[in-house]
Amino acid sequence: MYSYYLTIVLAPLAAAIVAGLAGKQIGRAASHWVTIAGVGISCILSLVVLKNMFWGGAGSENISVYTWAVIDGLHMEVGFLVDRLTALMMCVVTFVSLMVHIYTIGYMREDPGYQRFFSYISLFTFAMLMLVMSNNFLQLFFGWEAVGLVSYLLIGFWLKKETAIFANLKAFLVNRVGDFGFILGIAGVVMFTGSLDYATVFSSADSIAAQNIEVFPGAPWNAMTLICILLFIGAMGKSAQAPLHVWLPDSMEGPTPISALIHAATMVTAGIFMVARMSPLFELSTTALAVVIVIGSITAFFMGLLGIVQNDIKRVIAYSTLSQLGYMTVALGASAYSAAIFHLMTHAFFKALLFLAAGSVIIALHHEQDIRKMGGIRKYMPITYWTSLVGSLALIGFPGSSGFFSKDLLIEAVKDSHWQGQGAVYWIAYLSVLLGVFVTALYSFRMFFLVFHGKERMDAETKTHLHETPAVVTVPLILLAIPSAIIGWFTVGPVLFGDYFGDSVFVVAGHDVIGEHLAATWHGSLGLLTHALMTPVFWLAASGVFVAWFLYLKRPDIPETMKTKFSGIYNLLDRKYYFDDLWIKGFAAGGRGIGQFLWQKGDELLIDGLMVNGTAKAVGRMAGVMRQIQTGYLYTYAFAMIIGLTALLSWLIWLR
Amino acid sequence: MEFLQHLLSILIWLPIVGGALLIAIGDDNDVASRRAGLMRTAALAVSVATFLVSVVLYVGFDNAATGMQFVEKNAWISSLNVFYYLGVDGISAPLILLTTFITPLVVITSWNTIKNRPAQYFAAFLILEGLMIGVFAALDALLFYVFWEAMLIPMFLIIGVWGGKRRIYATLKFFLYTFLGSVLLLVAFIYLYAQTGSFDLFGFMDAPLTLAAQKWIFIAFLLAFAVKVPMWPVHTWLPDAHVEAPTGGSVILAAIMLKMGGYGFVRLSLPIVPDGSEYFAGMMIALSLIAVVYISFVALMQKDMKKLIAYSSIAHMGFVTLGLFILWSFDGTSGAVLGITGGMVQMVSHGLISGAMFLCVGVLYDRVHSREIAAYGGVANTMPIFAAFMVLFSMANSGLPGTSGFVGEFMVIVASFKANFWYAFFVATILILGAAYTLWMVKRVLYGEVANDKVAAMKDLNSREFMVLAILAISVLILGLWPAPLIDLMSVTIEQLVEQVGRTKL
Repeated sequence: MYSYYLTIVLAPLAAAIVAGLAGKQIGRAASHWVTIAGVGISCILSLVVLKNMFWGGAGSENISVYTWAVIDGLHMEVGFLVDRLTALMMCVVTFVSLMVHIYTIGYMREDPGYQRFFSYISLFTFAMLMLVMSNNFLQLFFGWEAVGLVSYLLIGFWLKKETAIFANLKAFLVNRVGDFGFILGIAGVVMFTGSLDYATVFSSADSIAAQNIEVFPGAPWNAMTLICILLFIGAMGKSAQAPLHVWLPDSMEGPTPISALIHAATMVTAGIFMVARMSPLFELSTTALAVVIVIGSITAFFMGLLGIVQNDIKRVIAYSTLSQLGYMTVALGASAYSAAIFHLMTHAFFKALLFLAAGSVIIALHHEQDIRKMGGIRKYMPITYWTSLVGSLALIGFPGSSGFFSKDLLIEAVKDSHWQGQGAVYWIAYLSVLLGVFVTALYSFRMFFLVFHGKERMDAETKTHLHETPAVVTVPLILLAIPSAIIGWFTVGPVLFGDYFGDSVFVVAGHDVIGEHLAATWHGSLGLLTHALMTPVFWLAASGVFVAWFLYLKRPDIPETMKTKFSGIYNLLDRKYYFDDLWIKGFAAGGRGIGQFLWQKGDELLIDGLMVNGTAKAVGRMAGVMRQIQTGYLYTYAFAMIIGLTALLSWLIWLR
Repeated sequence: MEFLQHLLSILIWLPIVGGALLIAIGDDNDVASRRAGLMRTAALAVSVATFLVSVVLYVGFDNAATGMQFVEKNAWISSLNVFYYLGVDGISAPLILLTTFITPLVVITSWNTIKNRPAQYFAAFLILEGLMIGVFAALDALLFYVFWEAMLIPMFLIIGVWGGKRRIYATLKFFLYTFLGSVLLLVAFIYLYAQTGSFDLFGFMDAPLTLAAQKWIFIAFLLAFAVKVPMWPVHTWLPDAHVEAPTGGSVILAAIMLKMGGYGFVRLSLPIVPDGSEYFAGMMIALSLIAVVYISFVALMQKDMKKLIAYSSIAHMGFVTLGLFILWSFDGTSGAVLGITGGMVQMVSHGLISGAMFLCVGVLYDRVHSREIAAYGGVANTMPIFAAFMVLFSMANSGLPGTSGFVGEFMVIVASFKANFWYAFFVATILILGAAYTLWMVKRVLYGEVANDKVAAMKDLNSREFMVLAILAISVLILGLWPAPLIDLMSVTIEQLVEQVGRTKL
């Protein structure tokens, strides 16, 4: 399989290099064909790998490709660990990427940077595959930063757009705050295990957990807790968890295909994947897990609320992504890793679908993104409409859809995870994900109704040109709608209850809420479906849809009056809890202030002004004084000589 | 093999003699003339030949051998027991290769941008190259000192003659700073000579010294080397020197001359006064961390691109000194070897990246004649190929994995975490701050709408500029993706050094 793995990784890289360096020479069509071929090969081979794992009974493989460097016993290598977790991620990444590649042909048709765009998204696929297939922390960090780089390049793809180049810098820097924690976490791993290799590190996990480190003198912390929290800070950056979430909504300034690929389906889930991969470490620190679950809860609920007041179609979906990532994080914190990854997979399909559908609407309306200027699009764009409906239903967890299975079981898992006796944490988490269901349904269908139903609010000019988008756009929508609708049915059993993940995910006995609690009541997909109608989850979702219908189709005057009546709350939501202000006016401006102060007062005034030039001036002044003595007149020197001689003689005669 | 026995001498004297010949043949201020063309071709030929000789050195270098290789030892001043004593090991070899690699690139860059006395300009660089190689190869303290001080003269001239408007202030500052620092170096050498009876560096290393003597010698060394690195607070000459220096001067200054300080610490301070070094290690670590954090903040607010990169250099050199001086913070040796290796890799990598960054600014300056960030905006629209290079080098400067900028920083961060959590905490802030100052500059210079007519008229890279930047880009990527060859070159020597430094002299 070694050659398979190499091909899976290198095909998109080679395609990216060809399209990037020779894009102009080979032309537009050749550029998209070469990149689609590259990613297509990766996708097919990934499916083969998954098939071999799932049906063929192939075991996991841990292969070293080459040695990056060896320093005094610390081996730094590039290699692949392909197990069931990896295989699933590889398929999700390459499949969504392939869909996005095809869709881009239509979406970016008129863009002058066509070849560059294809090069970037293929490069992204390479980087993401390096990340998920890595067998060590070094390569993980490489992939981690490389996807960040491509994200930076793609958010700022339209580099004349001021908002876009602001957003990409913001995204990179906020991610770097996360990476700051991440690299310290990796350094901690090396300190306690002397290795970067997953297998070695995981096998010595117990010894890490048994050690302490004094970060503050006199306050020993458990080494595993420290390492896991540091690693999780990295995940918070990449997977946009509060308070490091601020970059994701702004990243919507980039072209829509990458919002689907990078900022919904794949890159932002890297943090979730990473924590699941590191489950042998996180499982040994309940403190770290508690931190994970709290951060996830906050993100899941509060970021969802923001989706309700947004008017930009892509930003609504972006806040939805934040909230869903919060759900996954909560599942990680509850040790329900398989539920988190399962939700990651279904979310990748339906969220990519929603973004691409939104993009379809956006191009049909000539790059209009404000949902207040849409409405009634249903009859003009039937395919986009129906696929969006599928995506939205999956997002709110409509019974039978893929999102239903993943979200319902995720919530069940959180509900049953009493493991640590940390009552408050558990209740916060459960309430957040439960109430989040209502919020999700509300913002999703607010957007859905405002876009596709009701009055047609676009101008007449736009309306005359309004029609369904071409096949390169709609075919990917359909191909993504199919898994969004049905993939939950037949995968939920094996993935969650059939021990699909096997030893690729580690759960400490007593933490395994799915295996130890939910499995007992599991009676197949149909059983869950019939059971669903009686759960609060279903009724919360249904009431969310109903409220959305009532407020935004039936009585659109009510939201307007609420806006003025509850202006305090509205402003809080509209300003996104003032997090942006905290980062931009607080940290960024503060940093510039510190820089200015150190430069002007430290370097210019103190060091250069006082010490360097001051010394020079002092020397100059001294020389000025000394020069007075050097008059050039003979009598001055003679006089000085006499004084000198007198002094010397007196000293010799009297003082000795 | 007569040739191989004098390899280092050839490396040193080939460019110096070549430079002297250029001066002798004389100048032609008409850049288009045949004679000027001949001159620069000759300069290029000499620098490329020197590089090829250094390739022979690399091929012939035995990674597994301990001790010095390609040793030459001849009596120089017999009455004083001074020798013409040369040799390389895993610490000096990478720096010599860096020097011979960068110099031809500088010659190509300056091809027709220098209108005033071009032959002398090229000659200065060639002579400088020879002298710098001399510093890295000298094993006799007096010889080392001669090269060390002589090196200042061509650089002094490069800034003073071909520099910008405030070049006199900058050259004086540069010269006085570095010269005053070096004078005490000579005093320390003379003291050690008095103790051992020769200027042999290995004699110095073996000499038993009291702690008090070691402290004084360390301080004398420190003043010389800290200025060169430069370390906070003796760094303010560097931004001024860079701003006034011509592009080629900036490249050599950043890429190689700054490495003299780090090299001095590794070659002299650590092995000659191990206990003195240990005594001051805490202070050195503190100064290194200040360099990283304080200077990064200062870099953030720079309006002049060259100053920004100069400050960035100081911050990045903080990794070098940190990597060296955490040596005593470990129980075993592994952290120490990792830290020193990281520092050494950082030196080489910084040579490539900062050189490339200064070249990028040079490309912009040649077109618009301004170093101010505010004079640009939207350059990527008119110069897409250049923009791609500059983004790559900026990412390397921000320590992106896959580029050489990551390798040394990663090693130093990992090693310093082992030493003390807070060292790693502060030094890792460069992940955020380094990206902030570099990419903010990129945003303001490259992205956005075309800012003004001058930017609109900018032409993308010519083939010479393209070649130089492409060579650097490839090296930055290769070192980032596969640093093993560089590390293997150094590892035996560094392990030996750590073992040597670990033995107290008291």
